[in-house]
Amino acid sequence: MIDVVMPQMGESIVEGTLTRWLKKAGERVERDEPLFEISTDKVDTEIPSPAAGTLGEILVQEGTTVGINTVVGRIAEAGAAIPAPAPAVIAAPAAPAPVPAYVAPAPVVTPVAAPVVVPVVAAVEAVPVVDASGTEDAGPLSPLVRKMARENNIDLNQVRGTGAGGRITKQDLEAYLASRGTAPRPAAPSYVPPAAPAYVPPAPPPPPVYVAPVAPKPAAPTVQQAPPQAPPQAVATIPQTVNVPPPAPAPVAVEQPAQFRGQAPAGRVEAMSTMRQKIAEHMVFSKRTSVHVTTVHKVDMTRISKLRDKAKGEFQARYGFSLTFLPFILRAATAALQQFPLLNASIDGTNIVYHRDINLGIAVALENGLIVPVIRNADEKNVVGLQRSIADLASRARSRQLRPDEVQGGTFSITNFGSFGSVFATPVINQPQVAILGVGSVNKEPVVVDDAIAIRSMAYLALTFDHRLIDGALGDQFTQKVKHVLENWSEEVL
Amino acid sequence: MLDASQYGVTQRDVVGAHGLAQPSSQPIPMICCVRDLGILRYADAFARQQDFVAGRKADEIPDQLLFVEHPHVVTMGRSAHSENILASPELLERAGIELHDTDRGGDVTYHGPGQVVGYPIMDLRKWKRDVVAYVRGLEQVLIDTLGEFGIASERVQGATGVWTPEGKIAAIGVHISRWVTSHGFALNVETDLDFFRYIVPCGLTKPVTSMRALGVDANRAEVTAALARNFGRVFDRNMETI
Repeated sequence: MIDVVMPQMGESIVEGTLTRWLKKAGERVERDEPLFEISTDKVDTEIPSPAAGTLGEILVQEGTTVGINTVVGRIAEAGAAIPAPAPAVIAAPAAPAPVPAYVAPAPVVTPVAAPVVVPVVAAVEAVPVVDASGTEDAGPLSPLVRKMARENNIDLNQVRGTGAGGRITKQDLEAYLASRGTAPRPAAPSYVPPAAPAYVPPAPPPPPVYVAPVAPKPAAPTVQQAPPQAPPQAVATIPQTVNVPPPAPAPVAVEQPAQFRGQAPAGRVEAMSTMRQKIAEHMVFSKRTSVHVTTVHKVDMTRISKLRDKAKGEFQARYGFSLTFLPFILRAATAALQQFPLLNASIDGTNIVYHRDINLGIAVALENGLIVPVIRNADEKNVVGLQRSIADLASRARSRQLRPDEVQGGTFSITNFGSFGSVFATPVINQPQVAILGVGSVNKEPVVVDDAIAIRSMAYLALTFDHRLIDGALGDQFTQKVKHVLENWSEEVL
Repeated sequence: MLDASQYGVTQRDVVGAHGLAQPSSQPIPMICCVRDLGILRYADAFARQQDFVAGRKADEIPDQLLFVEHPHVVTMGRSAHSENILASPELLERAGIELHDTDRGGDVTYHGPGQVVGYPIMDLRKWKRDVVAYVRGLEQVLIDTLGEFGIASERVQGATGVWTPEGKIAAIGVHISRWVTSHGFALNVETDLDFFRYIVPCGLTKPVTSMRALGVDANRAEVTAALARNFGRVFDRNMETI
């Protein structure tokens, strides 16, 4: 087997990102034929194969950044069936250097030279080596095995090698891990998602990348489709007005349990989209920042339901978009926010910032993510105005036409997971806000009214609030106010 | 088309009838042919580049510096994130903007009228085998050129390209195959910057600017001439305008 290594594409270059394999494992490759592509600093480079043969093993997956000279794959030479046992050569970088494209970092090895063991430096992560002791006895190890052992804190003396000459293989480690059960966490996980932009928690306006990464479905401007299916934890923006200090210098990158990393994944590995990374970061940030408590109240939506049924035909005809439950919820929430301004506030250090405006964030599910466009001064709009804003924002969110300022500056958020059939959920607060109202699906239920059983249209309202600022009693008073407005609705709709 | 005489060089016999040099007669410093291909659709320019790359790999031609101007096009590099295109494909189509995948490095960018796009086809084995030094060299060419027009610009660490305080003025994205370069740089001379609103250029949410936006009226010929001159100096090449 010929090792294929990450080449050095310049003096100062210590690592590269493998962006694409141009051949699949098991596929035939000719010498000098482009084999994979790497990316360094806005330069994409095709790397030719160092030998003719079959691409035997892919050791470094696409999207991974590794140090130069790291073995990224192996080629079984044409004719040579199985690698010779015993004195296994770990890596002869760029075999007989047939490829002018390589800067061979090692002394040139002539094809007939005796096997030379070149220590392969997989020097990307400065992770403490746990098992230096085990390495010697265990025989030569591939960088992958070494990395797995390090990350999973495995003493290699405990592992029986079944590879050539008793060499420990990836499969041996997997078997060992499986027999050992849950692997202990390594001392210092230092995994950083490749190419992830560094994230500074209380960042100023995040980039307007909250846009559907794939072609949007035809956007029907109905609210029924609007809210996210995942809990509405959307945390789209952090207005600059409030500077939430990061509570701890904890790693912000989304950490994976160590044991998922070393093992060969049974499935597919795919890099997160930028949007997904941002969502992940914001979710973790929110959970770390706020003390999330959720209170759930039952609300009788019968009155609203009847009103809606009566008005929706004419509403659609008059305005061109349909009437949903959501604008009623928004209207009720603004009334409650006016009565309890602490829910329309933010925490800034030891200060409470009461926001003058009521800007409602509405969670909108996208095909591969979610976004929370904001209806500004929602208290100044009636049901028609709110429904128009919802339809417009949801539709433009899906067709990726929101302006950055339309996803910023929210002071309170609402998520309508009910439209996906959820009865109730526990939303995550959209920082730096202090509360989010989730609306469950409206269902007809038998309800006891005046000691008789009646059929009513019921729904759950789930308010998640930040217990640092809002006490349980206040959270319940707020939700009761929302409920009261909905159950005693008095405004004309048309 | 540039006037070769202003560089004090003439079209020498190394340049054949088809603009191809004889490989045997390369002097020192090496020759780099400068060609202004004018307005060319992205796909057509890409095909032309491929021809030159093949010729360069086979050492049939010397290094080339191609200049071109593209009609409106949004291109996505290998590491592009599609969410950095803010407009839907339909909207781009309505606005008359093509959308292209491409094999250069970098994320999403826009090319259009008023932009000088430079595609050096260069064998880095005959310069330095160093892709990062090459990119830094391209930045230097752009910085020096802008300086000649009175615009101060600089590099920003971690954000390849050329920057002024008002925003990014030139983008860089390169592809390398067997040390032969393709793609290159795009300098906003009088680009209508509104078109950048359809994308997050290079995945960065920083403003974009142009020479015109910075108050400099320069015509295309002046800019390409200065770029070629500075390219020759930075990369130690004898520039010959074809």
